Amino acid sequence: MGKVLVVTSGKGGVGKTTSTAALGAALAQTGAKAVVIDFDVGLRNLDLVMGAERRVVYDLVNVIQGDAKLPQALIRDKRVETLYLLPASQTRDKDNLTPEGVEWVITELKKHFDWVICDSPAGIERGATLAMRHADVAVVVTNPEVSSVRDSDRIIGLLDSKTVKAERGERMEKHLLLTRYDVTRAQRGDMLKVEDVLEILSIPLLGIIPESADVLKASNVGAPVTLADAKSPAAQAYFEAARRLAGEELPVSMPEEKRGLFGKIFSRRAA
Amino acid sequence: MSIFNLFRKPTSAPMARERLQVLLAHERAAQGSDLVAILREEILAAIAKHVQVDAEKVRIKVDRDEHVSILEIDVEIPRDAQAMAA
Repeated sequence: MGKVLVVTSGKGGVGKTTSTAALGAALAQTGAKAVVIDFDVGLRNLDLVMGAERRVVYDLVNVIQGDAKLPQALIRDKRVETLYLLPASQTRDKDNLTPEGVEWVITELKKHFDWVICDSPAGIERGATLAMRHADVAVVVTNPEVSSVRDSDRIIGLLDSKTVKAERGERMEKHLLLTRYDVTRAQRGDMLKVEDVLEILSIPLLGIIPESADVLKASNVGAPVTLADAKSPAAQAYFEAARRLAGEELPVSMPEEKRGLFGKIFSRRAA
Repeated sequence: MSIFNLFRKPTSAPMARERLQVLLAHERAAQGSDLVAILREEILAAIAKHVQVDAEKVRIKVDRDEHVSILEIDVEIPRDAQAMAA
């Protein structure tokens, strides 16, 4: 039986879809079978970030409504053969997602995949609560910024109360993925530090993804950053996070400060 | 602390941190978990049976940790109310 992972945040634009694609690819690159599901019905984007936008025929809503069989809707990645995508519908309304339908799809996928990764829409409404409903593990994507931290706190509350796991009285495993982190600004005191966010949200750290142009470049060309530029610091951080999700214990590495020549010369004084 | 710090502009991250801590403590107590709300009501009701409590003089704090949550309830009981109960 596979593990169900939800990538969630409350706030929009913090990097859920980017992280879903990168973690899904990173897990699949190790040979595990992974499927990423886009729950953002009406505003799908995971297909675009994965570079599969022109291959979408059927989607999650088609499967739930019985218009297509589940295998027909799954798109196999052209680069990693153990990676699959189940896209969201672009034309339908999110009300077409029924709790029973979602439960059926996830139960089926769990039988065939090691990882079922649900990309949650922003907000705390139906789409988001259905995406987290059947999760075994949650990745809470947070930016070091006040509104994102507040929304993450709210989402943690929902993970602990509105999921099947929580309702059974079990503990939901939650991990913090801190994205768009800028070491220089944090050290200067103009951005919340990793420790600040960890202390406020009190969930364990899965990884720190540095603010980086490589992430945008990867989405420009339609590839998860772990495939587009595997050596980039952001990709390395996602690879590490994926290994941690798979149960490996390794320390979280801090992104290195970007320094120009001047920075290097004056680094002693700045420290 | 180096002498350069004297000329540094005040930083904004500590303010962000403090504002968040205050706000979230409030929000968690207000609607975070129903259990906290229920506990608060029932504990206060139990105290109110024996002594008069001023709702304004009650402070509730929830500390969340990775493994445990700590519910702290501070109830100020006036001296004469204590005497009354005795």
